[in-house]
Amino acid sequence: MKLMPRILTGLPATGLSALMALLASVVASTMATSTAVASAFMPPAATATAGEVDQIYSFLLITSFISFVLLIGGMFYFVYKYQRRSANDKTAYISHNYTLEFLWSFIPFLIFMFVFVWGWKVYHDMRKVPDGALEIHVMAKKWDWRFLYKSGKEITSGIDDKGQKTPATMVVPVGRPVKLIMASEKINEASTDRSDRPVLHSFYLPAARIKQDIVPGRFTTLWFNIDKPGDYWVFCTEFCGSGHSAMKAMVKAVPVEEFESWLAAEGGGALTLVDQGKALYVSKSCAGCHSADGTRVVGPTFKGSFGAKHVMEGGQTVTVDEDYIRESILNPNAKTVAGYPQVMPPYAGQLSDDELKAIIEFIKTLK
Amino acid sequence: MASTGAHSEHNYLNHEKGLWSWLSTLDHKRIGIMYFITVAIFFLVGGIFALLIRTELFSTGQTIMTAETYSRVMTYHGAVMVFLVIIPGIPAFLGNFFLPMQIGAKDVAFPRLNLLSWYCLILGAGVALLSLAFGGADTGWTFYTPYSIKHAPAVLCMMLGVFIAGFSSILTGLNFVVTTHKLRAPGMTMNRIPLFVWALYSTAIIQVLATPVLAITVLLLAAENIFGIGFFDPALGGDPVLFQHFFWFYSHPAVYIMILPAFGVISELITTFARKTIFGYTAIAYSSIAIAAVSFFVWGHHMFVSGQSEFAGVVFSFLTMLVGVPTAIKLFNWIATLYKGSINLAAPMLYALGFMFLFTIGGVTGIFLATIAVDVHFHDTYFVVAHFHYVMVGGTLMAIMGGIFYWFPKMFGKLCSDAWARVSFVFIFVGFNVTFYPQFVLGSLGMPRRYFDYLPEYEHLNRISTIGAYLIGIGFIVGFFTVIHGLLKGKPAGPNPWGSKTLEWTTASPPPHENFLTTPIVTAGPYEYR
Repeated sequence: MKLMPRILTGLPATGLSALMALLASVVASTMATSTAVASAFMPPAATATAGEVDQIYSFLLITSFISFVLLIGGMFYFVYKYQRRSANDKTAYISHNYTLEFLWSFIPFLIFMFVFVWGWKVYHDMRKVPDGALEIHVMAKKWDWRFLYKSGKEITSGIDDKGQKTPATMVVPVGRPVKLIMASEKINEASTDRSDRPVLHSFYLPAARIKQDIVPGRFTTLWFNIDKPGDYWVFCTEFCGSGHSAMKAMVKAVPVEEFESWLAAEGGGALTLVDQGKALYVSKSCAGCHSADGTRVVGPTFKGSFGAKHVMEGGQTVTVDEDYIRESILNPNAKTVAGYPQVMPPYAGQLSDDELKAIIEFIKTLK
Repeated sequence: MASTGAHSEHNYLNHEKGLWSWLSTLDHKRIGIMYFITVAIFFLVGGIFALLIRTELFSTGQTIMTAETYSRVMTYHGAVMVFLVIIPGIPAFLGNFFLPMQIGAKDVAFPRLNLLSWYCLILGAGVALLSLAFGGADTGWTFYTPYSIKHAPAVLCMMLGVFIAGFSSILTGLNFVVTTHKLRAPGMTMNRIPLFVWALYSTAIIQVLATPVLAITVLLLAAENIFGIGFFDPALGGDPVLFQHFFWFYSHPAVYIMILPAFGVISELITTFARKTIFGYTAIAYSSIAIAAVSFFVWGHHMFVSGQSEFAGVVFSFLTMLVGVPTAIKLFNWIATLYKGSINLAAPMLYALGFMFLFTIGGVTGIFLATIAVDVHFHDTYFVVAHFHYVMVGGTLMAIMGGIFYWFPKMFGKLCSDAWARVSFVFIFVGFNVTFYPQFVLGSLGMPRRYFDYLPEYEHLNRISTIGAYLIGIGFIVGFFTVIHGLLKGKPAGPNPWGSKTLEWTTASPPPHENFLTTPIVTAGPYEYR
């Protein structure tokens, strides 16, 4: 210990509590100054979640800055103080110091665990969709976005007067949670060419600090609740080819009344998704085996199934969500509900992606 | 003994003559030099790609190339730099040359395998570049399915090249593990081997265990494409996310194949140029092993938004935090080593200090990315690009440069101009920060990576970044000519110009064919500056 500078010798006795106090004060000051620090580098935060992410970010930025100054400042100080005087300089022979080594392992560990738990908590909120969210279907393809509302209203990109492409703009109400149900699709649905198959994309809304990959062959979800009216960029953040950087969209947040009138205005689909689904339920003969009123026919009833937990053959428990329904329609033998026969034919290739979405939306209404 | 001039004595360079004597050599030193030349050429290629990328991104819209060309340039920059420069960089070049010398051995355990591994790299590189004949891969170096299936011939060709080059890595790793265990000089216990050897040993374990997974991935992808067996393609019943698991199960440990050897170089540089024994030898040695072990369990942090479960994401976030601890330990130990030292700011030391400066930034930003909620925002943005360049370039490449200037006198028996080596450092260090610091800000602002074009508000920072890239380019050109000048006109170095304590400095420069005229007997640790 005697070989260490005086400021370090005091450390073991009081160091730990002093450092925890420092950590606590950094957290406290972070809370106070987070908007100032984050706004220096981050885009304006449009959701409460974004604000929480910015608080962690600010804490990390401040602790990183302090650590960097301590470490690299110490390095410069030593380099300056202990410059070589002659080729035969005698130096101190200091091989180790267990106390010091324990502290500089344990203190970073504590800080890392602290941010890990904090990050976990915010991430959990990010993934947990609040009840009653407005659901919008998102379709990504090379290289554009398409948004489908339950009213049947469909939003695509367009061309303005000058011939410039205008991005597809998803209009959402301010202050109401929005859940996105996202799928990747082919450029041309009819194509069977290997080169035209759905690829990975990713929906990134920087203003909400969220992103989620869109994976061919299944649905992925994302939610946000924008609290400020405005136009926000959406980027594709999974490389999908030469049009990747041009694959942009907008989210336009407007007051609720404005949203309702926009949704009701012309341009809506002929039928709502639910009505389309209801028609398909009959025309594709789902109704033959799956009741909508809770009675048992051949297969499980659709009534009350969405969000319920079903036990499968083999004991696995599955929560019925969009992805499960999709799989059960396209490839029914992948998972079979316990106690039901394995008799349903696969519908892969017989339903379009939009038809699937309509059926799912119909099932959701059967509470 | 040095004043008689390097080439008048018998050494490994004049032991045999002619090109064939090099291409068929079993001498680990000559193989190391062959790797040096190979890696330097690949670095030039990858560097030109880098400058093309930055030039394209100087302005919004199309600047010098189409989006299709840009996708390919970006892919080849990444693939060449990762698989042909950074992975073989330190182990196969500096490691081959100095691992046997530092433990007092005459050669590696399997000299023929060692030569074979060089040919694997050359063949692998050749096959990988042959993919250009199939139109070139445009998938990025990560080859994510199903996009990569579209360009199957080019992608498969490139992955086959990576597969073959992977054997170079496996064989080198195998050689190093056995050499370290079996060929140490009398008295060279495991607790006396230099920290460079510890770092290479830890790296070798990863190379042997992780690289075969890459080979398996390539085989599965080939089986899917050729026989139509569905692994990754949803149309065949596969899962594209499975590919990502396979890919990162190799490629994350590979990140440590890239950085651990650099840690080893830095330990050598700090002790020599501070003239001081390393602080916490055991901690540094075992932290390398700890990093190697944990590195196998963190691959999922590349996949926080890929669609893997929330639970998996949280577990990977936790495990990733653990990597931060041994990494922080190393930085603290190096800086503690400087305390009460006798610090010589020669060019290699400047590179080592530059490494610590840049690697600290690379390290703390790694914690940002390990924090799962924050990573959701930063994933696949320029923040990640900046982070891994701070680690791979600010870390590994700085260490390679420092290592080259440090060991140059030993390898060639001549001294480089220290002044010009420092000039190269200043350009690279300043240029590096000018290039990559703005990229942290770009990423925070939300600019995604792999973008050919960007919103006008990102242009200002992109311009600064491009200017920085040219400064780095100038730095490497200066460094290159400094090395060439040293080779041609350098003054004789003598056996130990820096006053180092490890074994390679006890023999002549350049070393004789058999490294040591008499087998060294070791009686103390590697850094006995008393």
